[in-house]
Amino acid sequence: MRPFRIGAGAGYSGDRIDPAQALAERGALDVLVFECLAERTIALAQLRRSHDPRHGYDPLLEERLRAVLPACVRQGVTVISNMGAAHPEAAGAAVLKVARELGLPRLRVAVVTGDDVLPWIAANDVPLMDSPQRVSDFGDRLISANAYLGADALLPALASGADVVITGRVADPALFLAPLMQHFGWRADDWPRLGFGVLVGHLLECAGQVSGGYIADPGHFDVPGLHDLGFPLAEVKPDGSAVITKLDGTGGRVDRLTCTAQLLYEIEDPARYLQPDVVADFSGVQLREVGKDRVEVRGASGTPRPSHLKATLGYRDGFIGEGQISYAGPGAVARGQLALELLQHRIDRLGWRTHEHRAELIGVNAMHGAALGGDRTPYEVRVRLAVRCTSRAQAERVGQEVEALYLNGPAAGGGVTQSVREVIAAASALVPRAAVRPAVQLHEITP
Amino acid sequence: MKLQDIAIARSGDKGNRATLSVIARGPTHDAAAHYAVLERLLTAERVQAHYRGIVQGRVQRFALPHLVALHFVMDDALGGGVTRSLALDAHGKTLSAAILDIEIDDQHPLQNHAHPTTGD
Repeated sequence: MRPFRIGAGAGYSGDRIDPAQALAERGALDVLVFECLAERTIALAQLRRSHDPRHGYDPLLEERLRAVLPACVRQGVTVISNMGAAHPEAAGAAVLKVARELGLPRLRVAVVTGDDVLPWIAANDVPLMDSPQRVSDFGDRLISANAYLGADALLPALASGADVVITGRVADPALFLAPLMQHFGWRADDWPRLGFGVLVGHLLECAGQVSGGYIADPGHFDVPGLHDLGFPLAEVKPDGSAVITKLDGTGGRVDRLTCTAQLLYEIEDPARYLQPDVVADFSGVQLREVGKDRVEVRGASGTPRPSHLKATLGYRDGFIGEGQISYAGPGAVARGQLALELLQHRIDRLGWRTHEHRAELIGVNAMHGAALGGDRTPYEVRVRLAVRCTSRAQAERVGQEVEALYLNGPAAGGGVTQSVREVIAAASALVPRAAVRPAVQLHEITP
Repeated sequence: MKLQDIAIARSGDKGNRATLSVIARGPTHDAAAHYAVLERLLTAERVQAHYRGIVQGRVQRFALPHLVALHFVMDDALGGGVTRSLALDAHGKTLSAAILDIEIDDQHPLQNHAHPTTGD
């Protein structure tokens, strides 16, 4: 049996498009997955949708599909993506529009909905995870609530023979697990196999991060051709093993280290990786380099799925005002420190002493504080003041205070920048499965 | 020698938690020796001490000898969480590089461990 070939076309919503196009054209793939949702992406998309009901899906959806659809349709590659974000239905319509513009004679698009659980969350004042608060504490600041759907929600879409499957919030690995379940006919309670499918998905979901991205450290760990980083694909076999690799001739590298770093990335207990479909167990995973840029993975397992689904809640959380100014040359650090002292006095005078804030020197202590970064003297530093504010007007004042250092502060400060951003924060809560009802709608172009 | 000479590291975020993986470098034999150093040196306490002032909560360590890797989960480490933190690096993406600055002593790795301020 030929291995099932599944590729990763994006690891986040702003990711490069040309490596996905290369995979679509030369990857001999069965499935190409685009994972494009971060924690608060749906809340931000929900705000866009509230301003214009045609929006609310990934802003790069059309550009991505224009790049890959011709090759995918020609070769029968199924495209699966959570680019539906806060508006999967509008995203489905956008896919059809792109297909018509490309002159494709036929296309079947399946839209998976049901992740939006805002009405249920609003009506059932559940406690938040990792916080003593409850949903009602957000009041009218709550923007969105989306449950992480599992692969089971995607299976009817795949069974319909869809060429493109568009979803909103789905657990990232489930975007990959679903086509594996469909292709190999794995049962929904075959926990070890589902755990293995989650492993494949987890290794691929950050795209270039497993094929040499985000790991280069010159002189210690060199990675060739990062400007042309090849996105990864997995060759999955029914025996519970897979080879992670990338296209020949692309930049990057796939080896034991790149795969181990991605295997452990952002998981907590490796033996209990909670997913909607299974609790995956990566504690026995083994990696073996079996060729240039080829790593074989096996040894994943799993135990029964959790009783509840996790939901991400987006809420408005005030504003952050920020200002920056640079100092250079001899005494740059001392002048930067003087600027920080002045700003502390100004904060007191403005009555903001109780506001959470950070006043720091970029180049000295902005990343890791004084303990780790404090004893090295740079040629130039950048003062940064960030203050949590309750209103936009107050946040604007932060940057103005930094700008006022031009005429009122230490010598030779330059390059002021100011910013104000509304904070859309994310929290988590558990939702019973019965409150979540996934559904699939089909849209088609027929000749 | 620093950890940077024998290992790679990667950090990630999960709400207000940071994850940190430290993985031994080198061909099979060297990697096993390097992992032994990591396992002795990087106790949960040592990692917590290294990130003092940043990590406010507990640090859990998971040892994965067959992967020659240690994995740490650090609570209350991201200034209230990625989505609301005031930090320039709200994700804590740069945290991984800080651990690689720790000095290692091939002869007396345990001695290093007894002085948790070394390398800070």
